Amino acid sequence: MRFTRTSKMLSVAAVAVLALSACGGGDGSSESGAEGDTNRVIIADGSEPQNPLIPTNTNEVGGGAVLDLLFAGLISYDADGKPQNEMAESIETEDAKTYTIKLKEGKTFSNGAPVNAASFVDAWNFGAAAKNAQLSSYFFESIEGYDEASAEGSEVDTMSGLKVIDDTTFEVTLKQPESDWPLRLGYSAFYPMIPEALADPKTYGENPVGNGPYKFDGEGAWEHNQEISLVPNESYEGPQKAQNAGITFKIYQNDTTAYQDLISNNLDVLKTIPTSDVKNFKNDLGEDRSIESPYAGNQTIAIPYYLENWSGEAGKLRRQALSMAIDREEITSVIFSNGRTPAEDFTAPVLDGYDADLPGSENLEFNPEKAKELWAEAEEISPYDESKPLTIAYNADKGDHKTWVEAVVNGLKNNLGIEVTGKPYATFKEVRTEATDGVLTGSIRSGWQADYPSLYNFLGPIYATGASSNDARYENPEFDALLSEGLAATTVEEGNEKMNEAQEMLLEDLPAIPLWYQVAQGGWSTNVTNVEFGWNGVPLYYAITGK
Amino acid sequence: MAGYVLRRFLQLIPVFLGATLLLYFLVFSLPGDATAAICGEKGCTPAVEASLRAQYNLDQPFWMQYLLYLKGVLTFDLGTNFAGREIATIIAEVFPTTAKLAVMALVFEAVFGIVFGLFAGLRKGKIFDSTVLVVSLVVISVPIFVLGFLMQFVFGVKLAWTNPTVSGDASFTELLLPAIVLGLVSFAYVLRLTRTSVIENANADYVRTATAKGLSRPRVVTVHILRNSMIPVATFLGADLGALMGGAIVTEGIFNVNGVGNTLYRAVLNGEAPVVVSIVTVLILIFCLANLLVDLLYAWLDPRIRYA
Repeated sequence: MRFTRTSKMLSVAAVAVLALSACGGGDGSSESGAEGDTNRVIIADGSEPQNPLIPTNTNEVGGGAVLDLLFAGLISYDADGKPQNEMAESIETEDAKTYTIKLKEGKTFSNGAPVNAASFVDAWNFGAAAKNAQLSSYFFESIEGYDEASAEGSEVDTMSGLKVIDDTTFEVTLKQPESDWPLRLGYSAFYPMIPEALADPKTYGENPVGNGPYKFDGEGAWEHNQEISLVPNESYEGPQKAQNAGITFKIYQNDTTAYQDLISNNLDVLKTIPTSDVKNFKNDLGEDRSIESPYAGNQTIAIPYYLENWSGEAGKLRRQALSMAIDREEITSVIFSNGRTPAEDFTAPVLDGYDADLPGSENLEFNPEKAKELWAEAEEISPYDESKPLTIAYNADKGDHKTWVEAVVNGLKNNLGIEVTGKPYATFKEVRTEATDGVLTGSIRSGWQADYPSLYNFLGPIYATGASSNDARYENPEFDALLSEGLAATTVEEGNEKMNEAQEMLLEDLPAIPLWYQVAQGGWSTNVTNVEFGWNGVPLYYAITGK
Repeated sequence: MAGYVLRRFLQLIPVFLGATLLLYFLVFSLPGDATAAICGEKGCTPAVEASLRAQYNLDQPFWMQYLLYLKGVLTFDLGTNFAGREIATIIAEVFPTTAKLAVMALVFEAVFGIVFGLFAGLRKGKIFDSTVLVVSLVVISVPIFVLGFLMQFVFGVKLAWTNPTVSGDASFTELLLPAIVLGLVSFAYVLRLTRTSVIENANADYVRTATAKGLSRPRVVTVHILRNSMIPVATFLGADLGALMGGAIVTEGIFNVNGVGNTLYRAVLNGEAPVVVSIVTVLILIFCLANLLVDLLYAWLDPRIRYA
């Protein structure tokens, strides 16, 4: 199924690579992909975790990649993003509101402590409580009692919706029915923790003890800004069993340096090819050592509704005109060498329920004539205030946004004949602060990396009224209602249908203009094999072996 | 002499206060909310933001933040960065590496710069002199990141004489290539300074006198010409040590050295004022001490200079 979906968007050659690698352990079971040297320690590129390694306090990729190997949640996701049970024996519900979770017997942490119902319940309560100020606290917002525990200054440290039934069973009550809630349980915020962790998180975060396929290679395995060494956790049994003798994350300040190490075989796996080498990496490494693999992420331009020019009926027409004036095909092929694929909706193609042909998706097709017509139509309703020309805000410190923003700007100038400029900000925090405070003077580059493989994750947190990442300040009660209906649906299919109905509204209103989907571009050394990238663009480290 | 040194040390106190105040103010004035950097792309809840602000004194006015920082410094507690790590630990981690790199670069540029400059100066207008002048001009005009990437590619990737990047141990052999890249531009300056200075002194009266006295040529060159030519070079090298330590950011980035430059860069981006101020203050102190050392060196190089 995944093959048919992805093949649409990939070059023939890249499909061949995917098909090959899909043979080598794609279903994530421990028996397949066994060919290769399992005694090799794999050296992979990493970035310094920005916080102590505590599941509920990690919100960035550097720490996330390490946590995902150290811990196993109730479920995990296979390469295609399909959920598979890890610690959970079963997750059952009748009304999508109350869930009974049974754990497998005899599971332990790497220090021998048992993984029981309290390991989860206590960790989740810890994560939600305001007094612990955990960065990922909002992941627990669906659980009953979250509001009391997370309110500013609150001293409540338990959520009423969590109940331990016996050693291996607990019950979760949500505020309202949410059918895709179990899908989230593979995200790092939901990992179990040992009691010592909650008593002294800072010390624990330096030398975390988990229940996943890997563990720290002794105390101090995390040499800050240098490397993090992981070795297989012998007590782990499950779908992500280590096929190598360990993973060493070598911490790089930038991708370009890491690439030099890769081509000289000092680094085994590089998960992001630097922009400067995107055009030549397939030549440098060869088809059998490089990969292009679509993952659950996208790039958009959000236009706030508090901008006069872009609100109301005229604003809607202008948004559509803008969207049709962007030649996504050309930019993805010229700027990214097909390292992105043109967007056809607001989510991402690797997700279950993705539909490239939703009504309204023609608004994302390049059509300069129609764009000019729509713009003229908008002019008749209310004239465009030329003293406030459109800007596209982006941060210049991380990620390489300048090139594509300039390409979009030029396209809009040529195809619509309006004045548009890119607006670089020196730091991420600067542009982020303006977006959060709602004082942007133009549009902002935006985008989403999935936390868990679900359509809702791309819609709810970004476009629901008052949502945390709603930079456009989009407010549409009908859209909100469809999201709630989708969440309350009892089957995943029915839920996805509602989500896509909600998407049709977004495609009409365009609170943000979808540009393209992300594609992971990675490579590996001549010393390793069985490298595959998962649904979230991260290599499946446990499956990599030596040659 | 001792009195002079003591006075110079006392001067460090106002320098320290002024520098920290100014730096703290600069980082404080950078636009954007520091919690936005901590919360990342997806943001965090208002409650979490509020407690982060309280934890790092971000909810206090500027002067209060600065006084709290000063109080910490006086009680030997520099505080933590946003990842909760002790700033003192970070400094202890990154300074030795960068110091090693900077000293290696300094030795490289001093030894090669002075030797080449001396020979070029003594053979003014000859083929060696012209070649050295052209080469040093090229080195000065090519940006350091071009030189860095070029040398990394040639010696690290193609010839594989050394690793393209520096590991956590930052051993002598690993740091050799980055140190040469770092010292290359200054090497060219040292060379040119020495050359000019040697040419000037070679025609001085006391050199003619020394030669007339019947001193051997090596003695005239080393003691009379070279030693007196070292004053501008020593001034340059003293100032350069500080520049090498704080300015190694490009080289550190290319060779993935976990040093001061990179740490400082990240701290500025995140708006971590205590980290920036602490690191830069240490750099300022090093700079001041290096300059004091140079000033004392003058007296040894040129007996006419006296300190009272």
